[in-house]
Amino acid sequence: MAQITLKNIAHSYMDAPSEEADYALKEVDHVWRDGEAYALLGPSGCGKTTLLNIVSGLLRPSHGRVLFGGEDVTDMPTAERNIAQVFQFPVVYDTMTVRENLAFPLKNRGIEAQTITERVQRVAAMIGMEDELNRKARGLTADAKQKISLGRGMVRDDVNALLFDEPLTVIDPHMKWELRTQLKRLHGQFGHTMIYVTHDQTEALTFADHVVVMHDGRVVQIGTPEELFERPAHTFVGYFIGSPGMNLLPAEVRGDRAVIDGHEVMLGSGYDDLSGKVEIGIRPEFVRLTDEGGLPATIKRVEDVGRHRLVRAEVLGRPVNVIADEGGPLPSENAQVAFDPARINVYANDWRVEGRAA
Amino acid sequence: MSDTTMKPTVSAPGAASIPGDVTAERATANARLKSRFRPTGSAFVMGLYLLFLLLPIYWLLNMSLKTNQEILSTFSLIPLRPTLENYLTILTDPSWYMGYVNSLIYVVMNTVISIMVALPAAYAFSRYQFMGDKHLFFWLLTNRMAPPAVFALPFFQLYSSVGLFDTHIAVALAHCLFNVPLAVWILEGFMRGVPREIDETAYIDGYSFPRFFVKIFMPLIASGIGVAAFFCFMFSWVELLLSRTLTSVDAKPIAATMTRTVSASGLDWGVLAAAGILTIVPGALVIWFVRNYIAKGFALGRV
Amino acid sequence: MEKTVNHKAWFLVLPVLVLVAFSAVIPLMTVVNYSVQDTFGNNVFFWTGLEWFEQMLKSDRMWNALGRQLVFSAIILAIEVPLGIFVALNMPKRGFWASVCLVLMSLPLLIPWNVVGTIWQIFARVDIGLLGYTLRALGVNYNYTQDFFAAWTTVIVMDVWHWTSLVALLAYAGLQSIPDAYYQAAKIDQASRWAVFRYIELPKMAGVLMIAILLRFMDSFMIYTEPFVVTGGGPGNATTFLSIDLVKMALGQFDLGPAAAFSIMYFLVILVISYVFYTVMTNLDKRDGVA
Repeated sequence: MAQITLKNIAHSYMDAPSEEADYALKEVDHVWRDGEAYALLGPSGCGKTTLLNIVSGLLRPSHGRVLFGGEDVTDMPTAERNIAQVFQFPVVYDTMTVRENLAFPLKNRGIEAQTITERVQRVAAMIGMEDELNRKARGLTADAKQKISLGRGMVRDDVNALLFDEPLTVIDPHMKWELRTQLKRLHGQFGHTMIYVTHDQTEALTFADHVVVMHDGRVVQIGTPEELFERPAHTFVGYFIGSPGMNLLPAEVRGDRAVIDGHEVMLGSGYDDLSGKVEIGIRPEFVRLTDEGGLPATIKRVEDVGRHRLVRAEVLGRPVNVIADEGGPLPSENAQVAFDPARINVYANDWRVEGRAA
Repeated sequence: MSDTTMKPTVSAPGAASIPGDVTAERATANARLKSRFRPTGSAFVMGLYLLFLLLPIYWLLNMSLKTNQEILSTFSLIPLRPTLENYLTILTDPSWYMGYVNSLIYVVMNTVISIMVALPAAYAFSRYQFMGDKHLFFWLLTNRMAPPAVFALPFFQLYSSVGLFDTHIAVALAHCLFNVPLAVWILEGFMRGVPREIDETAYIDGYSFPRFFVKIFMPLIASGIGVAAFFCFMFSWVELLLSRTLTSVDAKPIAATMTRTVSASGLDWGVLAAAGILTIVPGALVIWFVRNYIAKGFALGRV
Repeated sequence: MEKTVNHKAWFLVLPVLVLVAFSAVIPLMTVVNYSVQDTFGNNVFFWTGLEWFEQMLKSDRMWNALGRQLVFSAIILAIEVPLGIFVALNMPKRGFWASVCLVLMSLPLLIPWNVVGTIWQIFARVDIGLLGYTLRALGVNYNYTQDFFAAWTTVIVMDVWHWTSLVALLAYAGLQSIPDAYYQAAKIDQASRWAVFRYIELPKMAGVLMIAILLRFMDSFMIYTEPFVVTGGGPGNATTFLSIDLVKMALGQFDLGPAAAFSIMYFLVILVISYVFYTVMTNLDKRDGVA
């Protein structure tokens, strides 16, 4: 296992990229620490699979270096990088039995039979497929096949990292949860470096220690699930993470106040003067419905989602979502919304601005 | 959501856009990409194989551009005195060029008939289960596998007795023997790929079966129809035994004209070669239009 | 995946049935009819029972033709299937050159069969053909009209030339359907080139290869025109395959009875082998869940 360093990586699928838009992956500089679980989160086409393929060596970046431990592996083919990957669609060798599938990577590396038998047995126990070892892989369910792909990765004891490319896409919903739990447990137990690509925030947030959010070929934030929730570094993170996403309101920021259409809102800390597109962002969880002291709002719709209610309101011509407790009365006439000042983030041109120390 | 062309005012992770020294590395990256996806051995193998395929055809072309004297007197890899005389002979002599017209007529007739009857049948096989469907399907396939030689004589007698001998329709019908099963097979493969929900939605929307079939279903399998038509065209075009047996003068195909010329006038190699080249042209033309479907078509839609 | 049961679907199949009945069943009945009768001309027939069948089964002529046929089919399958797979593996996967290869490879398939014969007849001639002339110049005693071995070689090379592309195109179609992830996984597993072929490519090609073998077997078993044009079945009977022999018997000598009995047995052999292939194929389909 090793620490993986991406030094100024960038990639374009074109022969002669000339402008920013030609790059499927814009410059990334990042260290994946040994033994931690990372999730690469972002919508389709944001460059997360490109980034993963650069780590695995299936793609050579058009710029920058990849380091495993201290070794430069940029020009090293996939086979020599000692990584394992689980793909979106299960890849198993149909004509082989489960046992042969699991033994395949070891056999190709010329490991002796005795060791192979032991390791296959151990991995089969890990992924819970001991009883099916002698079955042909053809005809197994999708989740069983994904387990085999995972097992093929774990059977080698020298893997630098386990990579997952949206591995739960074709798995039934009830199995998804089970597989994810199993994966999390295996990570806790064996401590592989894991990189998990997904567009599903629940998968990312529950699986990973660190989530790397990507948008439009760019890494917009790397952080713990908590950081992503409380201090989204980019408006996209605010919007993409959370259900529903963060409310954004265009505002002018003066010191520790924001002015929205002439209405003042208190902020948690003071800011220097900002130029460009300035917005304030607040999560629906930190917006309260109130009778007085807030911004005037019109309630458009109330959705009861079980544990709480989701109120769709309109504030100064802008949609604002509010998460309200179950059961409490909703103001009908002259509703107002109030924001928790400490939870308000300020954005200039979509990037978060750190306030002055209070 | 965010405007990517706008430069952020604050520094943030990933804010940098185009790396500075990309150009320097690009060349090596490209070279590597090419060498990874195109092992040089493959190009060599393909080159050799294509050479093997094209050499005999080239030789025919070479001969078609020579006079008979040149063919027989000198041996040369290219025509020394290229001439279009052989082609002129064919294109001005009705006994030659009518051969092409006859062939094209029955080939087109056969293609139209085959597709027309195969469409509903393929639909039935792809959508419904009915009494004896599997046996019927196999029985159809056996016709594709029946040796034309077995049918040559009975066809001759059957069509003679109903007065169809030496007509285009006789050959067109005879070729249905192997083309209809083939068309059913290919079309069924393509139709299987169309989700059944589409049929159901159309019926719910109040479409009658014929209207649904023509307006909605046929456009969906247009490529399949194209491929099936191509294969009917092709197999009817290349067949000789039946078409020669069932015709004498009025509907005689070009292929038969050629055989007869060899035996009668003997050795006018130049004209024979030119006639051969001209029979390759129609096929070569249609291939280009279906090139992306050829492989799938030969797999009878089963890939 | 289950199809709806609907017996009215028969009406959709009816046109095919009528047409094929006309172009297959009636002629086939005529053949059966001839096979059990004899005639002294003037359309006067009398019942002979299975006499023709017995006679044909005893005749060396048919057994020899059948033997030649089986050897021929076996040889061309043994060459064309591996060669076709090999070519398919070396074809460019996509782009302009893939199209060029597809078109050029399809070319021999679209040439009328007798023209295929003509091309090779010319190409292999020692006086005016490139192949024959070159072989002569190299000192090889080659003459396909005289020499048994030369005749067979010529006919086989011609068939390989004519039909290998079909196998290659089918195998290529099968290869195209393999997702990239399989190759990537194989790289990660450090699979050798051979292992990739053996465990990924070959299993994925199995279905289309079945079709390829079926088609090549059937068509080679019925081969008539090409060897007829090149060698006319000779020298002697060296390249007289089943169809050539049958046509000689039926249209040449007008031995209707024996020819008809011959036809029926010929057809039965094909039918049995086809049925085996078909059953294997549909089982493959079912197993892969693409039925």
